[in-house]
Amino acid sequence: MQHKVIDTNDVVIRFAGDSGDGMQLTGSLFADMSAIYGNGLSTFPDYPAEIRAPHGTVSGVSGFQVHIGSDEVNTPGDFCDMLIAMNPAALKANAKWCKRHAMILVDEDSFDEAGIRKAGFKTDNPFVELSVEDRALIVAPITTMTKESLKESGMDQKSILKCKNMFTLGIACYIYNRPLDPIYQYLEKKFSKKHPEMIAPNRKALDDGYNYAANVQAIPNTYTIEPVKSAKKGTYRNITGNQAIAWGLLAASEKSGLPLFCGSYPITPATAILEELAIHKSLGAKTLQAEDEIAGICTAIGASFAGNLAVTTTSGPGLSLKSEALGLAVMAELPLVIVDVQRGGPSTGLPTKTEQTDLNQALYGRNGECPIPVMAPHSPANCFWAAFMAAKIALEHMTPVLLLSEGFLGNGSEPWLIPSMKDYPEIKPPFATGTLAEGEKFHPFERDPKTMVPKWAIPGQKGYEHRVGGLEKTHEGVLSTDPANHAMMVAEREAKIELIANDIPDLVVKGSQNGKLLVIGWGGTYGHIASAMHDLWDEGVDVSYTHFDFIKPLPRNTETVFSAFEKILVCELNSGQFARYLRGRFPQFKFDSFGKVQGQPFLVSELVEAIKKEL
Amino acid sequence: MATLTAKDFKSDQEVRWCPGCGDHAVLASLQRALPKVSQALNYDKERYVIVSGIGCSSRLPYYMNTYGFHSIHGRATAISTGIKVANPWLTVWQVCGDGDALAIGGNHFIHAIRRNIDINVILFNNQIYGLTKGQYSPTSKFGAITKTSPYGTVEHPFNPGSLVLGAKGTFFARSLDVELALNEEIMTAAALHDGCSIMEMLTNCVIFNDGAHKELSDPAVRADHTIILRHGEKMIFGKNRDKGLVYDGKKIRAVHIGEGGYTLDDILVHDSHADNIGIHMALAEMKGPDYPVALGVIRDVKDITYDDGVRDQVKEVMAKASIHSVDELLHSGSTWEIK
Repeated sequence: MQHKVIDTNDVVIRFAGDSGDGMQLTGSLFADMSAIYGNGLSTFPDYPAEIRAPHGTVSGVSGFQVHIGSDEVNTPGDFCDMLIAMNPAALKANAKWCKRHAMILVDEDSFDEAGIRKAGFKTDNPFVELSVEDRALIVAPITTMTKESLKESGMDQKSILKCKNMFTLGIACYIYNRPLDPIYQYLEKKFSKKHPEMIAPNRKALDDGYNYAANVQAIPNTYTIEPVKSAKKGTYRNITGNQAIAWGLLAASEKSGLPLFCGSYPITPATAILEELAIHKSLGAKTLQAEDEIAGICTAIGASFAGNLAVTTTSGPGLSLKSEALGLAVMAELPLVIVDVQRGGPSTGLPTKTEQTDLNQALYGRNGECPIPVMAPHSPANCFWAAFMAAKIALEHMTPVLLLSEGFLGNGSEPWLIPSMKDYPEIKPPFATGTLAEGEKFHPFERDPKTMVPKWAIPGQKGYEHRVGGLEKTHEGVLSTDPANHAMMVAEREAKIELIANDIPDLVVKGSQNGKLLVIGWGGTYGHIASAMHDLWDEGVDVSYTHFDFIKPLPRNTETVFSAFEKILVCELNSGQFARYLRGRFPQFKFDSFGKVQGQPFLVSELVEAIKKEL
Repeated sequence: MATLTAKDFKSDQEVRWCPGCGDHAVLASLQRALPKVSQALNYDKERYVIVSGIGCSSRLPYYMNTYGFHSIHGRATAISTGIKVANPWLTVWQVCGDGDALAIGGNHFIHAIRRNIDINVILFNNQIYGLTKGQYSPTSKFGAITKTSPYGTVEHPFNPGSLVLGAKGTFFARSLDVELALNEEIMTAAALHDGCSIMEMLTNCVIFNDGAHKELSDPAVRADHTIILRHGEKMIFGKNRDKGLVYDGKKIRAVHIGEGGYTLDDILVHDSHADNIGIHMALAEMKGPDYPVALGVIRDVKDITYDDGVRDQVKEVMAKASIHSVDELLHSGSTWEIK
């Protein structure tokens, strides 16, 4: 067989196996080394809610998709060029994601009668049954080869089998010409302290996998994906959305000079933010793992009252539990950042899957007239900026701010040109300053007439003693049920939020600035919609696109932008929540809605199709 | 520092509790205790934060001329915890009722105790929901007839003391609204205690549960139905100071001194600092008719506080860590250069 090395711009690889097979790790290692190599990159973990579902069953399959390119990569890719399936169940669950000419690598040893039966195949030939027998199949005895590779390692059978993923990664590295050094370094770092004996076997399995792939005749072609050439100069790193949110909050803490306090309760898929902050006590971050979601936000509200940059992190069901306390923060007019990493709902829903279905809850899910700014990051790396801005707005406008991230962003990763903190704006909270005259009292809800923002007096400040709380009050902070006062305070709290529009960036329209159709999205759908637009523009389709990072308040030029188009299509991962919000705000425009509620991100192809239908 | 007086702690807000409500006495006690605390600890007034939940007693922060936070039902303990962790320099007092702290806020209550966060909690226990006009609470007696239990409750009440000690509380004290001097005494002791101090105040609701604590507060029987415990003092009670508590090898018993062979030497001496929680539990759970109800500081032991633990850990990690700025953080781990 003639072996060819093929240059390609773009490749999507999907790693899939039992949730205990280590496919998340294998995939992220492959991604990390591609990032270090200089490729454009986007990742998407797709894993079950069960930590260890029954071995070999479809429900226990965990997947990790990596999209690498020699140009900027916006999405993890719709379909894969290569599927690595560690067992029949992984093949069954993922075959539908394979491109027409995809390569499929399977562990031959797992395709025995028992394995095929557990995966629920009706025949003894899974490949035919799934109609993938004509793809480039690489059937490799990965289990046997790993056992052979490590038979002299002195390890027990169970530990040897755990190195299967390294053997597999070695094969993938050969096929895509990836350098192994970054993995060696990872193994050193991971095991050198507690299990130095694990370094050599893992490394050997990796090397042997690589060499096996080089020697065996089964692999038709190998590929090179050149580093991105047009990339901006500078230092890059790979970052997940959850990590970026944690770091963005730390950046806001540094810029504002206020210690960071995070009160949270573990919940998928937001937990990694709390975990990440807990690591960085060296930057003064205090984390409190609360007894429940309510205590998470209430400890944060207390910390805010005491003068910290206060944060609580959660996902949809947790946000529901925090609703009443959110109202308290609105009423007490205290700065607070609430991060909701959205997942499939309602109720427990699809904890590990991604959706944008908490928008209504974020906008309206509280008793009373209870306005809160709502923002949404649009990519994993953008989470850094979004979290920083959420904190800046909260601190400067004395309000809780809801940051609506998504599981897709939180767990996904991409390369990031590391910013310098000197280029980030200052954060200046409206501290109450100066000495009050004898007998003069601090008025906690007296507002700056331009921004409607009250001053922030922090306990410990002499002479500024005052009381806040959930009951309606006057500007002076005195309890009041006066009808006119209540109406005024309701209007002022709303105005305070709407005036934040003066401090946020305008919408940017990509494509023609006016025309027939404007496509809009918000949050984590950015990459998919942007890719779909590029495909359409390549075809010569005249369509424009704008993306909302801010949902409440909306950017100041929103109405102007909308008025330049005949029709507007709102694409979102719910059944039209943003579209309905916009229809309420701008009844003069026509908004069509393209929604998807499957717990999965958009496919670029389905977006292209939906947009074409509108034209 | 100017010497503070009770007047300094009074706000200009009109106190809106019912005439005769036990809360008035507790408020007055607190306003008298805080100047003493300030003197003892050299605290300025701006250092005090008073936090409450929802209920009649939770209106208290408005009547104190300090920083105050009247929060939401049941959550005061979580808010207090956040304030104290964020700024351990502040001295945090919390007021809550039996429904607020033990029903809707029960989870936060036990966890604050478990963590031993350094806050001072006054738990007003009137065994009824007053603000919602007379429903039974988690401390209402079994069989209590209230608006939501017209045929009597069929559930056992919590004894707040057992709950606190069961959660390994480091400080528990109890008093009666009418015992103003004792209130001041336990409030001062709570302030001096590093850790989570719970003070149960048995208060009378004149409207919905009048006389709930009559068996203890009635001057005619108070001395015989209660015992005031003080560290290092013998556990003696009774109008004629002729009764005491002894240990008979199996359990605590209330006896007449000079009867049944018991002399003054047999009477137990209260050790509120004893690590052993069993004796404190036994004292906290005493009730009539066989026992007097224990008032005063029942338990006061030292242990690491949560806020100190958090602060020390941050300091320790800061001293060891190699990352001291966000720029350093962003460049930590694997990075690559595009030239």
